Order: sequence, then C-alpha cells, then structure tokens
Amino acid sequence: MKSKADVVIIGGGVNGCSLAYKLAKKGLDVVLVEKKYLSSGATGACGAGIRQQWSTRENALLAIKSVKMFEQLSHELGQDIEFRQGGYLIAVHDKKEMDQAEKNVTMQRSLGLKVDILKPEEITDVVPILDVQGMKAIGATFCPTDGHANPFRTTFAYADAARSLGAEINTHTMVLNLKTSKKAIRTVVTDKGPIQTDVVVNAAGIDSKAIAEMVHLKLPLIPFRKEIMATERLQSLFEAMVISFKDGIYFSQQKEGQIVGGIPIPEEKGGYKTMPTFRFLEHMAHTLTRYAPVLKHVNLLRHWTGFYDVTPDARPILGEVKEIKGFLQCNGFSGHGFMISPMVSELLTNLIVDGKTSEMLENLTLDRFKGNNIEKELSVVG
Amino acid sequence: MKRSIVCRCEDISEEDVIQAIEEGYTDIEELRKKLRIGMGPCQGRVCIQIVARILEKKTGRKVANIPLPTVRPPLIPVSLGTLASEKDEK
Repeated sequence: MKSKADVVIIGGGVNGCSLAYKLAKKGLDVVLVEKKYLSSGATGACGAGIRQQWSTRENALLAIKSVKMFEQLSHELGQDIEFRQGGYLIAVHDKKEMDQAEKNVTMQRSLGLKVDILKPEEITDVVPILDVQGMKAIGATFCPTDGHANPFRTTFAYADAARSLGAEINTHTMVLNLKTSKKAIRTVVTDKGPIQTDVVVNAAGIDSKAIAEMVHLKLPLIPFRKEIMATERLQSLFEAMVISFKDGIYFSQQKEGQIVGGIPIPEEKGGYKTMPTFRFLEHMAHTLTRYAPVLKHVNLLRHWTGFYDVTPDARPILGEVKEIKGFLQCNGFSGHGFMISPMVSELLTNLIVDGKTSEMLENLTLDRFKGNNIEKELSVVG
Repeated sequence: MKRSIVCRCEDISEEDVIQAIEEGYTDIEELRKKLRIGMGPCQGRVCIQIVARILEKKTGRKVANIPLPTVRPPLIPVSLGTLASEKDEK
C-alpha cells in the first residue's frame, strides 16, 4: 500500500469509487480504503432506483444532473451498468399529498424536468398490474426519465476505471485513526500502515460518524435499518418504479426479471441492528399485494437489510468542514446516495482539484445545521 | 467446448468464476455481486460450496477460512400470497 497520496477516500461504496475515478482522471494520486469489500454497505443493499422527483431544489438538481451523467456512464466506463429509464410513478393518495405533488412538479419543471400528473385511470397505462382502488390512489406523478441501474456493476465499473487510471483501491483495510496538526489533516492510520495526505474524504456510509469522531467532529447522522426483498424472476411486467410516500413502499422490476422492493416497519427505530424481521415480510407482502394483487402468486426468494445514514433534513453532508482543513464529507445520503453519486463526485472533484465551490455544495455543508432555516426533504421512501 | 456449470440458477460456469477471481473478486460476497451466484431460487445451496472450493484452489485460502455469504431469509421461496395471509398488525 502507498504511504503517501494526494487524496485518501474512506469507503468503497458507489460515491467513494466514483470520486476515486474522477480524481484519478484529473491526474491526482488517489488511495481508497474500504473496510470490507466494494459495495458492501448501503450501495450493495440499495433498491437501485434513480429518481429526479424530489421536493427540495438541491436534491432535484443533483438528481437531474446525475441522470444526464448516468445516460453516458456505460459508454464512459466501458462496462454495462444496466441503466434503463422506465420512469418513476409516485402514487398520490389524498388532497394534501396532491397539493405537495403540484408544488414539487412546478419546481421540478422549472428545472427543465419532464414530469406529469396522472389521473387515476392513467396509472395502469404506465404500470398495468396496479390496482388503483387497492392502492387508494387519487392520482400519481410520473417522470419517464427516472429509472434504475445496477449498483454493484456501477461501483465495480468505477473502481476498475479508477484503477486503470492509477488509483489504488485497498479492500479489507480498516481505518484506525486520523492524525491532524494545526487543525489540518496529515495522516490516515490504517491496519495496513499509515498514509500521509492533505485531503481525506469521509465516504464511509453509517461508519462516517465514527470516522469523524476520530478528529472530534460530530456528524448528525442516525443509522436506520431498512429491509428489502427480491422475488423470483418473471417475464417483464412493468418498467417503472412504483413508490408511495404515504405507505413508504417502493418496488420495481429489475433487468433480470425479479421484483425488488421495500417498506419501512412503522415501529422501526434508529440503530445499528442488522437482522431481517418477519414483520417486514408480512407488512411488505400485504402492501405489495394490495398494490398489485396478481403478485400474490409470485415467490419471494430472499430479503435483506441495509442502512440509511439519515441527516436531520434527509439531505447529504458534502464538502470541507470549517473545523479541520482537508477533511471532506461525502455522507448522510439518507437513502438516496446511489442515484445522485455522479453529481456528488463531480462537485467534490471540482472542490478538490480546482478549489471551486458552488451554491449547491455550500447549501449541503455540515455548517447548514448551525442555522435555523433547514429545508427538509419530504420525498423520502423506504 | 466443455463448460462446467457451477450455478444452475444464473448459468455461471467454473470458467466464469475463475475469470472473476483473476480480475480480483476474491470474496464470496464480491463474487456473488459480480456474478449473481447464490441469488437464484436455490439461494446458494448448489453453488456456494463449489465456489468456495474454486476460491481455495485459486487463492490458497482454506475453505474453512472463506467466509460464507450472509444468510438471507426465507430458507425456501414463499409466495407473497402466503406471507400476506398473516394478519398485518399495526
């Protein structure tokens, strides 16, 4: 392992690997360290969706610009990341939700996004297996350019491209400590040896909090266990991801044919527990067969857990912290780190390479939690 | 050409596994995510032991020291209708 680098990235999820690739492409000497294997955290457990329909402007912008990059990514990285745009159908259940949906759509359209409000009878034109009465929908919003990609393939493709540009990626490598002097990052101490560097990016998912504590910095992150399931493979039934903010459910059919989806258990509390629960299977099966009754004949193959690293406003923490020079955050994704990873790594690359910040990045720094006007992202599922 | 199938659910051969190991995927979980082994209806009952032996041959690590993938319930496929027949307690 190298003992010196321009940048050390902690965490081998999609954001860490994407950033390693972009920095290496700019000619920087990058070392990435990952405690387990690539995509072993939230990336590898995620629902693979890519959505641009958000309630806050930052999240919508991050996602819209990310989709533009996802469209080119298989070509750019030279590996198929299985990106497909089947759209996202968001069920709307009552007047209050419709008011918010209209507000969201107006904001999203002002950013150039094509998104429509559907009447109840138009819902099955998009996803034929849905039971509009069963799901108690009075309408829906639909954005046809939302979609999916394969999170493992995306992460591995970024990592392969980063390696071929000279980045060093060390899996099964644990960060033990961060050393600073004069309030600036100096050394990353790992179980394979120390690495001297001026820039550390904390992209360690739910472990980001523990990493920050090594330099006595508190991150407002709470881990939430999320459960998700996959069925057996079926012929292609529908292309859109179906979600509901009210019921918390999301599900879609993947390229290989399996239906993948999740729902929160109402009584779930924050914490580091990982065991899957039978309660989830009951609640998911109930809700899913209420939305799409035909699925009652389909076998569920497996279910697993992953974590959302949730911030108080459900938006990520990005950029350099005021307290320690060279200590950058890339965490707090609150369940949507995969879908905005292209733009997140772009913003951080601009900051690291050119010292260039942006309004978007400024609005997402740790410092925002010191103020009182935090705008919370409302469009969260799972 | 002779092709030994390792994973029947996802149609993965011994050669596919060896190639992935040579590309640097030397963990069963990594191979699983790369090749989808163990993600089909058998949930790894057929393939994982074989993959562990290939890993032993290629890397020299003993099978006993190769961690198995996390068990993901249920043990056998269950229909969503059966699961939904339980009461959904609030």
